[in-house]
Amino acid sequence: MLEVRELSTSYGAVRALQDVTFTAPRGEVTAVLGANGAGKTTLLRTITGLVRAQSGSATYDGRELTRTAPELMPGLGIAHVPEGRGVITELTVEENLRLGGLGRGGRVKPAELERIYGLFPALADRRAALAHVLSGGERQMLVLGRALMAEPKVLLLDEPSLGLAPRIVAQLFELVQSLVVDQELTVLLVEQNARSALSIAHRGVVLSLGRVVVDERADVLAGDDQLRHAYLGF
Amino acid sequence: MQQLVNTILGGLTLGMVYAAFALALVLIWRSTRIVNFAQAPMAMVTTFIALQIIEAGHSYWLGFAAALLAGLVLGAVVERVLIRPVEGKAEINAVILTLGLFIVLHALASVVFGNRYRSFPAAFGIRGIEVGDMTIALTGFDIFTIVAVLVVMGLLVLLFRFTDLGLRMRAAAFNQEVARLLGVRVGRMLTLGWALAALVGSLAGLLIAGGSLVHPGYMDSVVVYGFVAAVLGGLDSPGGAVVGGLLLGLSLSLVSGYVGSQLVALAALAILMVVLLLRPQGLFSQARERRV
Repeated sequence: MLEVRELSTSYGAVRALQDVTFTAPRGEVTAVLGANGAGKTTLLRTITGLVRAQSGSATYDGRELTRTAPELMPGLGIAHVPEGRGVITELTVEENLRLGGLGRGGRVKPAELERIYGLFPALADRRAALAHVLSGGERQMLVLGRALMAEPKVLLLDEPSLGLAPRIVAQLFELVQSLVVDQELTVLLVEQNARSALSIAHRGVVLSLGRVVVDERADVLAGDDQLRHAYLGF
Repeated sequence: MQQLVNTILGGLTLGMVYAAFALALVLIWRSTRIVNFAQAPMAMVTTFIALQIIEAGHSYWLGFAAALLAGLVLGAVVERVLIRPVEGKAEINAVILTLGLFIVLHALASVVFGNRYRSFPAAFGIRGIEVGDMTIALTGFDIFTIVAVLVVMGLLVLLFRFTDLGLRMRAAAFNQEVARLLGVRVGRMLTLGWALAALVGSLAGLLIAGGSLVHPGYMDSVVVYGFVAAVLGGLDSPGGAVVGGLLLGLSLSLVSGYVGSQLVALAALAILMVVLLLRPQGLFSQARERRV
């Protein structure tokens, strides 16, 4: 269970997060929604320590994350998949995957790579290719596969649907959903694409100007016309 | 004919040293976007350390090994003490710091080691090989120079391509934030990168010094040639640095042999200008491949 308690941070004089509080239970997808600049990406970056938290906490199974160095996250079972796809384009597909496996400590076994290639057959065909030749959808598969190499318990996904065709988004979300069920993952899904996100989420947390304005079950949120129009724009 | 062969062989040997020095610059540039101008006096200091050891009566190889080790340590210390505090700020701050270090090391070396020319021994003969009645200007030490640079480069390739540590170092160089999120200790990787670069720089310093004279400024021109070689190959590309070094060594040797040795420095700058005008990303930069 990932618990965020009264988390606040700011960029200079601008408050980016203000007393953000919510819980992401194990085995569920929690969607974090809201307009551009609402603080969604900052929330993930503060949880994993890339941005310093000014007050409040984020704990996973009782372990404080915001004051832990980002490089220790894989060892704690936290995989942060950053926005902009985060593929290291100068490395090959396989090197990107291996790097993900190294985060957990110890050597990377061929069987672990094959497991990921099994999930993403498109990557298996291009394992020796430099990652910069991949399409947007393939890059998204690569960062997701790379995160899974560390066998995480928590997935923090930042805008995975950005720039992808609806069909690819549907495939990707389907896969995330099956991973959540099979491996009891805790998923925090930051999305602008609220409709798709709510289709696989159990809960939806809506941020506006750095504050939580709605924390509701996903089906209720998707079914409430007033909330949808006010915050989600669909 | 004999002159041409000798000029080319001399150029290749010199080119190998420039290649090593360019590689040292590229290793740091690639991970931190800093041109480490202090690479030259750092190599000078480690060469003097070797000289002190050799003059104290120990073997050449002990001095050689000590200088490489000193390079490794010096590189790590410079990164931790000098560069780390300005990391994340404009790169020009760090570049100015390396220029400052350049001056400081020069001054210190003059005080500690003396501001005069001292002869540095060579591990192998510095007489040319005789083929029939022709003497080829390839000495035992030249062959050692070429082999030493090739071995170090081979080891670097093995490290970067085929080890987990090398993969982590490359990840840290290419994308610090993503590397951190994947558990790479980016700070340690940068320190290690500076240490390795300084080791390669020290090797270049030792090889240039071999069978020749050293003084606190003896590496100063090499940083210029190494930089030209690195730009020639593309500052991002270790392979390019090697080819750039060889090309520069050959060109300068030809200029020296056929035009006049006083024009060597001018020729290097002319090559730098032509490259920057015609192909600013260098001959082998990945920028070309990145074009989609």
